[in-house]
Amino acid sequence: MRKEFSAAMERLAREDEKIVFITGDLGYSALENLQTTMGPRFINAGVAEQNMVGVAAGMAYKGYKVFVYSIAPFAVYRCLEQFRNDVCLHNMPVFIVGNGGGYGYGIMGSSHHAIEDLACLSSLQNVNTYIPAFADEVEPMLEQIVTEARPAYLRLGAGPVTPEGAQRMGTFKQIVKSEVSRGTIVALGPVAANALKALDNQELAGQFDVFTATNLPLSLPDEQANSWTGKPMLIVEEHVSIGGLAQQLSVKLLEKGITPSKFVSLSAQGYPDGLYGSQQYHQQQSGLDTANIARQLSNFLN
Amino acid sequence: MVTEAIDTKTLCGQLRLKVLDLYNQAHAGHIGCSLSCIDIIAASLILRKREQDTFILSKGHAAAALYASLHHLGELTDADLASYYLNGTTLPAHPAPNKHKGIPFATGSLGHGLPIGTGIAKANKLTGENGRVFVLMSDGETNEGTTWEAAHFAMQNQLDNLIILIDKNGLQGFGYTQDVLGDTADPAKWKAIGFDVVEADGHDVQSLTSAIDEVSGRPNGVPKVVVAHTIKGKGVSYMEDRLEWHYLPMTPDQYAQAVDDVTSRYF
Repeated sequence: MRKEFSAAMERLAREDEKIVFITGDLGYSALENLQTTMGPRFINAGVAEQNMVGVAAGMAYKGYKVFVYSIAPFAVYRCLEQFRNDVCLHNMPVFIVGNGGGYGYGIMGSSHHAIEDLACLSSLQNVNTYIPAFADEVEPMLEQIVTEARPAYLRLGAGPVTPEGAQRMGTFKQIVKSEVSRGTIVALGPVAANALKALDNQELAGQFDVFTATNLPLSLPDEQANSWTGKPMLIVEEHVSIGGLAQQLSVKLLEKGITPSKFVSLSAQGYPDGLYGSQQYHQQQSGLDTANIARQLSNFLN
Repeated sequence: MVTEAIDTKTLCGQLRLKVLDLYNQAHAGHIGCSLSCIDIIAASLILRKREQDTFILSKGHAAAALYASLHHLGELTDADLASYYLNGTTLPAHPAPNKHKGIPFATGSLGHGLPIGTGIAKANKLTGENGRVFVLMSDGETNEGTTWEAAHFAMQNQLDNLIILIDKNGLQGFGYTQDVLGDTADPAKWKAIGFDVVEADGHDVQSLTSAIDEVSGRPNGVPKVVVAHTIKGKGVSYMEDRLEWHYLPMTPDQYAQAVDDVTSRYF
């Protein structure tokens, strides 16, 4: 999604001279055009993420809308207090962009993974997080981030294009509609592609409604929640279960008195065997791979 | 000049009495920290800050000194001060976000004010505004790594509109700075990074305003530091250079003695 991100940023920065972009010394072979387009509004703050977010808060105080960019874990954890105190508590238009959410940086290792980022950030005051599952969602999300002009986190990954006919409701998007609707899948971020692939299986095809959650905290319309009652529900997220989609959604459902017949949560399990590999390897270790998703869905039908 | 000297001394005495009054009213600690930096706040926020300038109290634990000074400037009312430390107040022990114009940022976790002030200074450069940014830090606070991240950012971005004021009283949370991490506020360290460094007597308002005027008069692309040599608890005999007055509230007798001390020294 970096390509889509950079192109959309260029357009927005040309249209709005109050947009500033600060990078924590990253962007090689991705942000050069943006740097040229933005000139002095493109700032390399060096390898100093805490200062980067504090500086962003100061610039936002003076009327700028400030993007701060790094690899997801570096943009989230090191400067969490700066984001909490200086940005969120003051409701400043500072937007963190984390590249490679989840296990996106694969074999780079655990330091480069962000599997607790949404638990950290979506719990803060005044914040909205954006989790595109598909590459074409990046541009409209960026537009919304700039329009809302409040603290935000954009979690970038690598995703295909949104399936045709997708329909938005609250912070959810229905990407597959089933005639028979024998169960519900709700996925977070690009791992949604694994769920879609699981439905290539003949036994499963056409049996399930598939949704993505696009933002945390969630907004769940009653009508949508009601349609999920009495059916099995599978949650798929490349994020730890604590503070992630499954936990946040389960509270929403309980508050509304909605009871799925089953509630199965697939989430990032960290490093269960202490071994490392590609993003796909870690998805498999956590049961987020296509085969395991298909197994869970089969259980729903039998 | 003689008149100004008398006036500033009286001002600093009045501010000290207001600070003592607030801490007595709240039966709260951090008195030594406020008395250490009150003259620096008088010199910068009260005497030198213009409308287009920004003042950030990065050592948020000295909020009472800030509140007393904003009250002097008419930005906080008697009713505001009366609510200090009480439930429902906008004046908690450390400054709150988005409540008062004179408090642009909530502080209290050390090491936040300088990056923020650096960002404001950078924004002023980008827009071509001539506002200066004063950031008041404690010397213990310069232990924080963000100090040095921001310092290098300010150098690289030529932020000569940034004026860091260091309240160098030599005491921090649990010991003398020399015994904790060493002197992280050493002027030599700031000079080594390239800052425009001036030292001042942190309890002499004229020394402080002169230092501010001197560095402001050098628009040389280099950020500024005024290292102000101070004494924790300055003005109250039994509090001076005593670690415990970072924390302790006053008894009624101690309050009476503190008021006597300040009255005899400043009026």
